[in-house]
Amino acid sequence: MSDERTLDLLEAKIKELRELDKTDGINLSTEIARLEKKLEALREELYANLSDWERVKIARHPKRPYSLDYIREVFTDFYELHGDRLAGDDRALLVGLARLDDRPVVLLAQQKGRSTQENKERYFGMTRPQGYRKARRAMSLAERFSFPVISLIDTPGAYPGLESEELNIGGAIAENLLAMANLRVPTIAVVIGEGGSGGALAIGVADRVLMLENAIYSVISPEGAATILWKEKERMKEATAALKLTAPRLLDLKVVDEVIPEPLGGAHKDSHKTASSLKESLLRHLAEVSDIPLKKLLAARYQRYRSLGRYSTLNDQ
Amino acid sequence: MAIFKDRHYFRVNLEKKTDESLWMKCKSCGELVFKRRVRENNNICPHCGEYFFLTAQERIESLIDKGSFTDISKPIVASDPLLFQDTKPYPQRIEEAQEKTALASAIIIGSVTIVGIPVVMGVMDFRFIGGSMGAVMGEQICHGMEEAIRRRQPFILVSSSGGARIQEGLFSLLQMAKTAAVRGRLAEEHLPFISIMTYPTTGGVQASIASLGDIIIAEKGAMIGFAGRRVIQNTIAEELPSNYQTDAFALEHGFIDRVVNREDLREELGKVLGFFVEAQ
Repeated sequence: MSDERTLDLLEAKIKELRELDKTDGINLSTEIARLEKKLEALREELYANLSDWERVKIARHPKRPYSLDYIREVFTDFYELHGDRLAGDDRALLVGLARLDDRPVVLLAQQKGRSTQENKERYFGMTRPQGYRKARRAMSLAERFSFPVISLIDTPGAYPGLESEELNIGGAIAENLLAMANLRVPTIAVVIGEGGSGGALAIGVADRVLMLENAIYSVISPEGAATILWKEKERMKEATAALKLTAPRLLDLKVVDEVIPEPLGGAHKDSHKTASSLKESLLRHLAEVSDIPLKKLLAARYQRYRSLGRYSTLNDQ
Repeated sequence: MAIFKDRHYFRVNLEKKTDESLWMKCKSCGELVFKRRVRENNNICPHCGEYFFLTAQERIESLIDKGSFTDISKPIVASDPLLFQDTKPYPQRIEEAQEKTALASAIIIGSVTIVGIPVVMGVMDFRFIGGSMGAVMGEQICHGMEEAIRRRQPFILVSSSGGARIQEGLFSLLQMAKTAAVRGRLAEEHLPFISIMTYPTTGGVQASIASLGDIIIAEKGAMIGFAGRRVIQNTIAEELPSNYQTDAFALEHGFIDRVVNREDLREELGKVLGFFVEAQ
């Protein structure tokens, strides 16, 4: 967003004036207050009515908090577990034990990289079969010891590549869907950034599905849909609007349960605040699903997925 | 909103033939062949052995005991939950597909017998928007599995699909979870699920229900995989082997149990089903 640069400049200017105010003893408080007011107004104007495409850009913003940022702030004692016991350890999907307040949980967390080096290691956040199978191993562990499962979803999609295909990535995703649908512990999934198709759903079949306000969740990327349906990758803004992939739109369509608010401008503007909203929401939902007897919870989950989808019924004569 | 105007597509009648042309040219050997002979030969070129697409109706005929088919599909058709429009409005695409295929959706659910064994069978049709899985297909597959449970019969699914239907957005994606959940019930009931993958079984269908068979059989010449060749080359520019996503690739890497010739599929199904249930 080019207007975002104006905001950044203004923010820097205010900071500069504050320094001057402090170090040089010149009283600039009225000037600072005036600029701050202007900044706030600009921010509201820029962010109050985000288009769907702008939300896509925020969801993919390089400064957006990733899973590990939230794990540090929301959970304690994260104890990572490595490897699928079969083919390797995927660095784009982390699993482990952690505590949410005092309660042990199993975490499944998709992780993007910040640096080029880290992105190389994490395949730009695209999960490979090793990751899905590691997640399934963690699900079994959770089931065995009655730990709730919390998924943090953030991936452009499952990793498309020869190695992925050789390890049957489609089969790995399918097995996870089946496992999660029947998992005998409470499950919560939160889309924190990009919910890229089957690559996201493979850890997202849960009792509660939540989204951060500027997260997206879609059957296909806007670029992919533009290429296939419009035959022009550049039509991705139209594709974005057509796909209804933003959190508020998916809440309207009743396919997600709650939208967790982000600070104006996106989670990266204040990651602490975002983390505390996320924590509040997770605690509340976890308390709710934990109160439901397991048999009832599983029946409700089954009903949720069994009844998904809209179609028209004909009079069959 | 119902986007299905003409009810005559509903309830498939295998006896009704619409194609009147006599000859076709084989896309493989170029030979001009008599269409009826191709048809009688399971849509295999009598000259070079090339497999042509089977419509859902033709696929059913090629697999079942003659005359044993009853259409038990749910009377449902696609709605347009996102009011989706790309170069055409979605309802128009649906209508065109219905015109072209004489089907209500991209799948038929039938009650049939195969070598005397009663089963519930779902068969996809690639001509119907690439056999893509939207809410109707997801519901029909679940309905088929529930009918199998109700009748205490095996369930067979013949896939021919490029994946999820983009025009229904997240609703399509979630059909993967829905079909997987109901598949779990079939397992709890100890009823066999045989998945047959044909050309193509890819994307969201391969990454859900099609890969969850107790037994997975690929038809010779099937394409099986998650991400298409083009996607991989566009995303990571990786060199791909010539056998990429072929039946042989899937067998070699262990995703499927067997590869079977089209003309042998019916007998093969009878043989496999015989281990689980007795013929009537």
